[in-house]
Formats: sequence, structure tokens, C-alpha cells
Amino acid sequence: MAGDLGLWGIPVAIVGGAIRVSTPFLFVSLGEVLTERSGRINLGLEGTLVFGAMAGYGTAVLTGSAWAGVLVAALAGVVFGLVHGIICSLPKVNDIAVGIAMMLLGSGLAFYFGKPFIQPTAPDLPAIALGGWSDLPQVQAALNVNVLFLIGLALALVMAWMFRSTKVGLTLRVVGDSTDAARAMGLRPAVIRTLATAAGGAFAGVGGAYLSLYYPGSWNEAISSGQGLMAVALVIFARWNPVACFWAALLFGGAGALGPALQSVGVTKGYYLFYAAPYVLTLGVLIATSSTTRALSGAPGELSITK
Amino acid sequence: MSIIGEEPLPPGALEVETLGMTMRFGAFTALDDVSIRVAPGSFHALLGENGAGKSTLVKCIMGFYHATSGELLVGGREARIADPRHAHAMGLGMVYQHFTLVPSLTVAENLVISRKDAPAVIDWGKERAGLDAFMQSMPFRVPLDQTVARLAAGEKQKLEILKQLYLGRRFLILDEPTSVLTPDEADEVLGHVRALCEAGEISVLMITHKFREVTAFADEVSVLRRGKLVGQGKVADLTHAQMAAMMIGAEKDTTPAPRSGTTGAPVLEIDGIRALDRSGLKEIDIRSLTVRAGEIVGIAGISGNGQMELMEVLTGQRPLMAGAIKVEGAPYSATRAEAQRLAVRYLPEEPLRNACAGRMSVIENIAFRSFDRKGDSPRFWTSGKEMRARGTELIAAFKVKVAAPDGPIAALSGGNVQRAVLARELTGAVRLLVISNPCFGLDFSAVAEIRARIMAARNAGTAVLLMSEDLDEVMELSDRIVVMSEGRISYEVTAAQASLAEIGHHMGGHA
Repeated sequence: MAGDLGLWGIPVAIVGGAIRVSTPFLFVSLGEVLTERSGRINLGLEGTLVFGAMAGYGTAVLTGSAWAGVLVAALAGVVFGLVHGIICSLPKVNDIAVGIAMMLLGSGLAFYFGKPFIQPTAPDLPAIALGGWSDLPQVQAALNVNVLFLIGLALALVMAWMFRSTKVGLTLRVVGDSTDAARAMGLRPAVIRTLATAAGGAFAGVGGAYLSLYYPGSWNEAISSGQGLMAVALVIFARWNPVACFWAALLFGGAGALGPALQSVGVTKGYYLFYAAPYVLTLGVLIATSSTTRALSGAPGELSITK
Repeated sequence: MSIIGEEPLPPGALEVETLGMTMRFGAFTALDDVSIRVAPGSFHALLGENGAGKSTLVKCIMGFYHATSGELLVGGREARIADPRHAHAMGLGMVYQHFTLVPSLTVAENLVISRKDAPAVIDWGKERAGLDAFMQSMPFRVPLDQTVARLAAGEKQKLEILKQLYLGRRFLILDEPTSVLTPDEADEVLGHVRALCEAGEISVLMITHKFREVTAFADEVSVLRRGKLVGQGKVADLTHAQMAAMMIGAEKDTTPAPRSGTTGAPVLEIDGIRALDRSGLKEIDIRSLTVRAGEIVGIAGISGNGQMELMEVLTGQRPLMAGAIKVEGAPYSATRAEAQRLAVRYLPEEPLRNACAGRMSVIENIAFRSFDRKGDSPRFWTSGKEMRARGTELIAAFKVKVAAPDGPIAALSGGNVQRAVLARELTGAVRLLVISNPCFGLDFSAVAEIRARIMAARNAGTAVLLMSEDLDEVMELSDRIVVMSEGRISYEVTAAQASLAEIGHHMGGHA
């Protein structure tokens, strides 16, 4: 138990928790960054996350391969993203309203198709033990890092590079910042936004697969508890910067691990309050980073919430 | 785009010439037999009022429109421009009134992504070296690492021009390039453009209506009026008054409309008001302006000299920094209650945007002044029946052509929106009527009718403040004319003593 570590158990547990809990935040927020940088907001990623969790788990149960589950979850995310993107390309359609509809649709479909998968057990995604240098079982447990977490970190770095140094990345930023300028360059904003939303959906689907295939590692209807929505807030916190999304996801993950960590060192009173830490953090972040007088810096100009 | 075997165009500034360019939209002739030659390396100004055909001409050159008849010569050869891309490929470029830069991208990113052949993976080391070399070769520079959103308007305009040069354009059309700049910024940007012309890098055709800039920077000038080329020549040979006369058309003698009644007590009194203009950089500053009952005061001025801001101040859309507005002696801050009590009515420009709720029905829009009143007392429950009866009556009385009175007002044509708003604003007792460009973009019959209604209101004792960019309209309707220039009133004259030349002179900003 944590008794032999004393109060040191708290930071160790928080770090471990942050790494474990942050991965879905990371994937959903990276997907949302991709979508929002193109000038659309997709609130439906919460639904995509839940459906991805179900689809990934179901596939893993049926095929016996966790990676097949991840792939199917990503494909399901692409489909949800495409539906959102295509509907939003129609005239006079509001992306936020469509996003809320897609969120409910995704969760509803996941619950409907997911009923048979609540009982069976699926294979887990592999993790890499990075804590071998330490004798302490707590440290070893904390540094048991899932492959998807590392893939997410790599994706964040690749996306940051893409936005800076590739034609695709710059085109995406042009479309997200000024529809007029994009048209003047002969780009087709609706098509580019739809593709970005589809790619963003794939990310969220993978985030869902992590939930059901690694941590907590089973499929049930309360699996997401609003993480997809918090990831959208996290994007604003991270100022649409993929690398900042990585740190923000870790911070949110760490806040989520605060409650269990306190419990593990024997705090018996009030630790439930700390379970609310991620939600309090979301609120605090939104209040602290908003201003009535100046525009949000770094916000894509065509985003409907910042216009 | 060039034909195989054809000799490439000579390097450096391009010569562009239109021969008998004519553009008809249905029965309307927007451009009538216009021939303009821009010599290589020259700075050519294109003057004209709104709707004179300047935009149509440049859109024909750039391939947005295909001229009904006439030819375009580029570098002395006949060119048929299919679309703007084709024009770009030939080295023709255009800088628009609004910026086409992407605000959150840096200057360097904006330049590279605007290139047709931008690489899939951008090697920033190489691109930076290329951009630095390009900037070194230019007479003016913009910091490459700055995001465009942080650039001042003048810097952005410079960047727009640099972008055209970076893309290899050798003939530039500038569409009112200084409308968003301060006079100092304008001088700097145009000075650089002139230097590029003199260096033989580019030829320039600049749309403008600022005489000062024409005199200071252009070599030659062409003047359009109602689609026709009415004057052309070397800038050195022309005075402002001559240019104004060409632009305004001093040949036409406008007859004032019949008027009756006597001028009464002051209704609108403006005392020392100051407010920021649209750019936030300049101020409008009206020391004193009075409009009396039974009088039309016309504000003449070239657009962008503060008339729009004055209108917004009077309608309560723009906050005052100092000064006071009084209507019939009572302080007036343009609240709905005050407008109701003092019978102040408005016909702003672009009424669909400034005076209507576009998606609400014509009937509802007409009821905006009256839906919460029952005679002279307020009411809580609106009456659909009364609204409909009143709306139908006014639609008939003001000859608003409307297919479905319950359909959205945004579906009406410009003239009919104007009539519908006028129907709402001119019904009941009106003591002060503030109007801005009431006839902009309307056909002749609608113009005559709306002017007659305004005159009828004046004859019935209403005080009218009329702002218009159409000097003919101001001359025809006004009892007294004031000229606005650079946000101030620079000249005031009674209609009886007014001369077009003198007014044009003051409009040009040279008192």
C-alpha cells in the first residue's frame, strides 16, 4: 500500500493518474483542435467518444484484437465527423446545434448497440513499463504507460509541425481564419472543413477506444462522464495549440486523479470534493481566460463562438 | 495560359489598354465605350462617383465580367481574359478595398501560402532566405514574423501590394487603397507605389475619389460618370475644380423641386459633438449644425468623410465623446422613447441592414414604430389585426411592390425596402427626419417618387437632414447645403447661392 511512501504517494499517484486519465482528453482535444482550426466547432465529439468506446470494445470482443478495435473506433469517428461536416456545409446550418444533436445521436447509438458488450471481456491495449528503474511498486505502476498515450504525444508534435510547415496545415489555418481570404485563394472552405471534422472525429473515436480497452477498460454507459465536452473547453484553454493540448490534458488528467490519490493515502473525509476537481478546473479555466473587452487570442477567426 | 510559340510579354511594368469597352447588364449600360490606356510604368488614376462604372471597368479587365463589346490589350497584344486566374497568370493583379490577408498567419506564412506553387512541406529556412531577398529588393518592408492581425492598417495595405509583387504581378489595380488609412499612412503607401512605377516594376490603375491623392501621386487621370468616359488627361494639366466638374457633371443644370411653406423654429441643434470614426483613428467633429422646421439641410461630401458616422451618432448607433444633440430644445440621445416623444424618424443607408429585421415580415417591419402604441398610449398586447390593416394600407399608399406581405422583408428589392421603411417613418406626425443616401442604387422612377415624398414632408413643416453622396440630389432637394470633409463641416451655403464648382472644390478637401 501507499503507507510506505507516506505523503509522497500523492504526487506519484497523481502523475500516474494524469498519464492514465489524460489520453482520452488528449485525443479528443487534438481532434477538436483540427476541427476548430478549420473554422468549425464540433460538440458532437462527446458522442463520438462514447460510440468509439463501444465500437472499439465490441470489435475487440468479436475479433480478439484490441488494435482492430482501435481501428474500427477511428473509422466510426470518421463517419460521425463526415456527417457533422456535411450537414454543416449546408446553408444556414449552425454547427453548435448539429454538434449537440450528434452528441446525443452518438451516445444513443452506442447504448443501443452496446447492450450485448457490457458483460464480455475484451483484450486490453498493451502498455509499456517505463518504471523498471525503480524498486517501488507505486512508481512502477504509475509509469506503466499505454502505447496510445505515446501515439497521442507524437500526434501533438506532428500536428504542431503540420500547422507551421506544411501546405495542408497552412491551408487549414487560412480556411479557419478567413473564409474570404480562402475563397480569394481558390480554396473550397466547406470541403476542407468537412475533411478536418472527419479527421477530428477519428481522433475522438480512438480516444473512446482507449477508455473501453485500457482505462477503465470495460464498456458501460457511464464510461465517458462528459470527458468529450471537457476536452472542448480544454482546447480553448490550450489556445488551439496541439502541444499545449498535451500539457492541458495532463493537467486535467492529474486533477481527475486527485480524488483517488487522496483516498489511497488514507484521507477519508471530503475526498469526494476532489473528484469534482476537473469540473471546477474547467469552470475556472474558462472564467480566467475569458475577457469581455478583448478578443480571445489565437482563436480561429471563423469560429462561430468567437465571432 | 499563353499560346505555344507566342513570344513572352516583355519584363517589367505592363501596358494595359481598353478599347471601346462596353458592359451591359440587361437594359442597363454600366460601361459605355470606355477607352483607357495605362502606359508601362505609369500611375493612372480612375476618378468617379459611386456607381460611375469604375468597378465594372476593372472587373472587366480582371475577368470577373466579360465585356459586352470592346477589346483589352495587354502589352500591346489583344488578350481575352476568361477569369481572374487567367488575369493573374498574365501578370495582372488587384488589391481590393477590404484586406484579403489571413489575420492569424504571419506575414511570411501569408506570402508563401498565397503562391500557387506552395510546396507540400515548407522548408522555412529556404523560404525565409527567399523572402528576405525579396524584401531587400523592395523599397519598403513589412516585418516577416509579425502576425497580420498585429499590423496597422497601413502596414496591411503595404503587405497587400508586396504580395502582388511577390506573386509576380506587373500591372496592379488598386481599389480605393487608402479608404482605411490615415492621411499619413496613405501618403507613405502611395509614395512607395509611385516609386515602384518610376522604377519600371509595375504600372498602376488606382480607383479613387480623393483629388488630393490624384494630384500628389498620379501621372494621368481618367474620369467616369454614369458609365461614360467624360474626361482624361495628364494630372499636371488639370486643376481640382476641373476634375470635380468632370466627376460631378457641371454641364447639367439641376432644377430645385417645387417647394412651399416657410421655415420655422430650430428643430435639430447639434453643438460641438465629437465621436470616433469607423477606423477608430480619426474623429468626426461637428461644431454646430441647426436644422429648422420646414427646411431641408443637405450634407454633401465624398463618402468616407464622416457622414456615415454622423448618421450613426444621430441614430444612437455610435457613442458620443463630447457635445450635445438637442431636438426641439430637449436633450436627445436617440432612445426609442425620445424618438417617439419628439417624433424623430430615420431613413438610414442600407435600410435592410440598419432599419429592418430582415427575416421578419413586411407587415411586422412596418409596425416597428407603432406595434406598442394604441393611439397615444402604450399597449401591452399587440394586435395582429391592426398591424395587418395598417401594414396593408401603407403598402398600398407607398406603392411597395410585395408578393407576400407576410414574407420576409429581405426578399424585397432595394427600392421596395426603401419604400417600406419610408412608409413606416413618414406616417404620423414627423418633426425631424434624418436621411442618408435615400436613392442609392434605385431606378429613376423610384428615385423621383422618394424625393417627392421627402419634399412633401418638408412642405408639411418637417425638419429634414439629408446626407447624400449624390451631389445632384443634394442640390435638388436642399434649402441649405453644408459640405463635410475629413469629419468636419468645411463649407455652408444657401441653395440660392450655391455653385457646383465651389461645392466640388470644398468636397475635394481644398478650402
